[in-house]
Amino acid sequence: MLLLSTLCIPFIAAIILLFVKHNEKANYVAIASSGVTMALAFNIAYNGAANFDADWILSINARFVLSVDGLAKILVLLTGISFPAILIATSKNEIKNRNQFLSLMLFTQTGLLGVFLAGDALLFYFFWELALIPVYFLCSIWGGEKRIAITFKFFIYTFLGSLFMLIGIILVYSNTPDHSFLIESFKHASLTNGQQLAAFALFFTAFAIKMPIFPLHTWQPDAYEQSPTAVTMVLSAVMVKMGLYGVIRWLMPLFPAAFASHEKFVVVLSLIGVIYASFIAIRQDDVKRLIAYSSIAHIGLMSAAIFTNTTVGMQGVFIQLFSHGINVLGLWIIADVIEQQTGTRSMNTLGGLAKKQPTLAILLVGFAFANIALPLTNAFVGEFLMFNAIFQFNPWMAAFAGVSVVLAAIYTLNMVQKVAYGNVSDATNLMQAPNKSAQFVLIVLLSIVFVTGVYPQVLFNITSDTLQQLFVK
Amino acid sequence: MKLIIGFIVLWPLIGFLFNGLGRNIWNKKVIAYKATGYIVMSFIFSILTFLNVQSKGAITVHYFDFINTAGFKIPFDLKVDALSSLFLLVITGVGSLIHLYSTAYMKDEEAPHYARYFAYLNLFVFSMLLLVLGDNYVIMFIGWEGVGLCSYLLIGYWFTNATYNYAAKKAFIMNRIGDLGFLLAIFWLIVKLGTVSYGSVLTAESLAKLSTTDITAITLLLFVGAMGKSAQIPLYTWLPDAMAGPTPVSALIHAATMVTAGIYMITRSNILFSASELTQHVVAIVGISTALLAATIAIKQNDIKKVLAYSTVSQLGYMFLGLGVGAYSGAVFHVITHAFFKALLFLGAGSVIHAMHHEQDIRKMGGLKSKLPITHITFLIGCIAIAGVPPFSGFFSKDEILAAAFAKNPIYWGLGVIGAAMTAFYMFRLYATTFLGQFRGTDEQAHHLHESPSAMTLPLILLAVASAIAGAIGIPALMGGNHWLSHQLVPIIGETKEVALSHSTEWALMGASVGIAISTLLIAINRYKRQADEVPQTALGKFLYNKWYVDELYNAVIVQPLNRFAGFLKEVIEKNIIDGAVNGTGKIVQYSARKIRLVQNGQVGYYILFIVLGIIVLFLCWFNDITITRFFTNLIK
Repeated sequence: MLLLSTLCIPFIAAIILLFVKHNEKANYVAIASSGVTMALAFNIAYNGAANFDADWILSINARFVLSVDGLAKILVLLTGISFPAILIATSKNEIKNRNQFLSLMLFTQTGLLGVFLAGDALLFYFFWELALIPVYFLCSIWGGEKRIAITFKFFIYTFLGSLFMLIGIILVYSNTPDHSFLIESFKHASLTNGQQLAAFALFFTAFAIKMPIFPLHTWQPDAYEQSPTAVTMVLSAVMVKMGLYGVIRWLMPLFPAAFASHEKFVVVLSLIGVIYASFIAIRQDDVKRLIAYSSIAHIGLMSAAIFTNTTVGMQGVFIQLFSHGINVLGLWIIADVIEQQTGTRSMNTLGGLAKKQPTLAILLVGFAFANIALPLTNAFVGEFLMFNAIFQFNPWMAAFAGVSVVLAAIYTLNMVQKVAYGNVSDATNLMQAPNKSAQFVLIVLLSIVFVTGVYPQVLFNITSDTLQQLFVK
Repeated sequence: MKLIIGFIVLWPLIGFLFNGLGRNIWNKKVIAYKATGYIVMSFIFSILTFLNVQSKGAITVHYFDFINTAGFKIPFDLKVDALSSLFLLVITGVGSLIHLYSTAYMKDEEAPHYARYFAYLNLFVFSMLLLVLGDNYVIMFIGWEGVGLCSYLLIGYWFTNATYNYAAKKAFIMNRIGDLGFLLAIFWLIVKLGTVSYGSVLTAESLAKLSTTDITAITLLLFVGAMGKSAQIPLYTWLPDAMAGPTPVSALIHAATMVTAGIYMITRSNILFSASELTQHVVAIVGISTALLAATIAIKQNDIKKVLAYSTVSQLGYMFLGLGVGAYSGAVFHVITHAFFKALLFLGAGSVIHAMHHEQDIRKMGGLKSKLPITHITFLIGCIAIAGVPPFSGFFSKDEILAAAFAKNPIYWGLGVIGAAMTAFYMFRLYATTFLGQFRGTDEQAHHLHESPSAMTLPLILLAVASAIAGAIGIPALMGGNHWLSHQLVPIIGETKEVALSHSTEWALMGASVGIAISTLLIAINRYKRQADEVPQTALGKFLYNKWYVDELYNAVIVQPLNRFAGFLKEVIEKNIIDGAVNGTGKIVQYSARKIRLVQNGQVGYYILFIVLGIIVLFLCWFNDITITRFFTNLIK
């Protein structure tokens, strides 16, 4: 029941919000709901939860099964922490029809939690789409100037991926012994080699677009740039993890042979993407696009580490799924505060933040160094384990991927220099009193960065069982 | 002991948090007392630990597991032994003096920035202590990148200055290139040995498990890390630029401690390095080349801190030469003496800059001898020490390296002596131009010239004493000493092989190098005691004045091409090709939709035609059902 209530709380709150017209009250409802969800998420992550199983669509034997393993736990925890952080940090922003905006945000949260908890393939697909549709409305109604075209592209692109997955699901379903969508039945589906390959390709396409893996990534920087920043935060802190989650939870155990034969291909592709995105990040002037490309690089590294098919790499990914979410959230919140107060995201027009708002500048430097995985920040642990795995896989590839360590320092420190240092620019001079609620969130997130960076065991403990199961065969 | 060792590291961290979080709360007095006090506490605890190691031997303490998962374990262990306890004393001892000095040097800063400065400086000491105390390569790496961070923050301390920010960024990025090498070495060790703890890696058994290729690769990669941190060719150009930071920072980080981390790392791993002939040659050649290159540049620089910076690069080169020829104790010896005299010289330079109201160009100084008596005499002692004049400390440590170099290959020795002559020359050029002759600054500067306050002169005096006498810890047997330091280091580097030279050869070598050094320093004094250097006119002079144009070369060969490549990826590949393909697909769909739409033109005749065609296709399918099924199954297979 714990799992079901975790899903229901944001869902019910989202419906209630549709009727709360008052802005302040709407904020309270949304934040309260996400707070309760966060508490439940902590409970699930550290105490576990029993499976939930109910009939759903009897005619095709689809069941409403919710279950949680270490991987799901860490992502539920991330979702649980992200939403209150996002809602509090952006609570002062001007948003038209705030209640509808918040309602859609909580629908998205429902979808995300559903994706991570679903133990039935059709249910997984259902939530996968449920998470996407509210985002479509959020972007196309509240987004930037080019929102219509960009959101359309983003929607079509990812929706196309989802359709491939649906075909894949049907293909596997029709070959299951008991005609069921349950993940266990899917694992026992009798697929010929050709069918397994086809199903692998169909699922992988959906996940690869979602992550995204090079060269399927071009929807992302545009979408991040044009979405309202609160939505960008959801997209990059949590939603991109759906793709990686799908690979680990579904792709790997379902199609082991096809997975094994494509390891090298995906690792190479992912690593090319890492370097490619890092280079492009160097040349960005827009803070949001810079973070977007940086994020593509980080996700690419995770994807490569998964496909090394090693325990160490997988452990690194588990940690990094969480850490990347926290770090990128911190960067987005700072970018948002700056944009809200200066009206610009162009780094060339910014500068001197350290003089104007020292606390925000300190936080920026903190998250910047987490972004480049300085030791004792959370990202170091994950990246260290992942690079280690890639090195085991192939030392030359690790050396190649390692270039991104240097490139990340270049673009991140460039950003810090242009935004925080130097003399106070005209744009920065517009910045008024610090945004206290955003700073509060940033301080909490930065504490998470250091706690999990110094003592990562708090995260390892959540995932260790699942890790062993994944590799015991 | 567990607590004492823990607190050596924790004091500076507490200081960092205290001043970092309270930067808007405390007044400058509190900030200064606390920041310095925590380092002094750390120094006291270091002495206790050092004495404990002397009496009871090395100790390793376990705190918690940093990473323990997936059959992979990295414990958070600290180790004090002969090597790390020596470094402890240097770091916290020199660190305390430099904190004390900073309290006066930085007094014009506003309180929040004053607090920020000390917070960074405390954090640096924390990271540096972690670096030397860690019991495995990962903890060392944590400290390694931590000191890089603090170096970045302190070089760019005056953050409104764009040039300083560039210097800070450059330092961090060049260090990161080295760090990548270090990381790959760690991974290599993990893959081959499954552990990174010194206790298991640095043993004969582990060595036996590694092939020659493994050892060479690991040591070369580690050395790449050392090149970055310790500013060796080709990764040295950040260090001179790092002089943008406040002068006490240059003294502590960019002279006495951080830049010697590479020497610490290699000495720690000496069992690996000694096992690879190739790596040893590389280390020695890079070391001596850097020593000579930097020395030639130092001869023509006019910025007091730049001369010292290139001198540091050059002296670090000597230490690597020592490491490369297997003189590990000589290299460590030089680290210690260099920490004293180079910190002294930088702090002396700081005192001069302070008196001259932030003038750093020595051509505008001169005749400061009488105005700054304490600074003058201590600076002179520093110069004598670095020039290698007996019985000052630099003589003993440099001579030990040179003797070992001669034993390995006389060419190393010859080049080393040339470098030593240049060292004596540029140091006394610096000394004479600054302190001798007539004052060449403005009248206003002349009016304000004053000796620094005692918080600054006291560290100068103490460091001068140390620079003068520190040679005592390594007096060679040749001179009737028993070389305390090399006995100290036996547990780490084993028994030092007696240099296979006869006593008479050794005396001769020593006499030659000392003679050359003294005569060049006299030439320099004579030449520069009345006038400063002119702007160089000769081609060679310009070449050296412009630092061999290495920065320009890097910019043209590496930075610009990479930047253009990134631009090409962004503007051409990303925009036109990849995203172009995506948008193109969209356009094709829209285009075909527009065209196919025309089929539905409202004329019943067309519809009937299509119905008939459709039926025909269906019939064909039905009759050929089996064929079609096969087609699709084949497709999937």
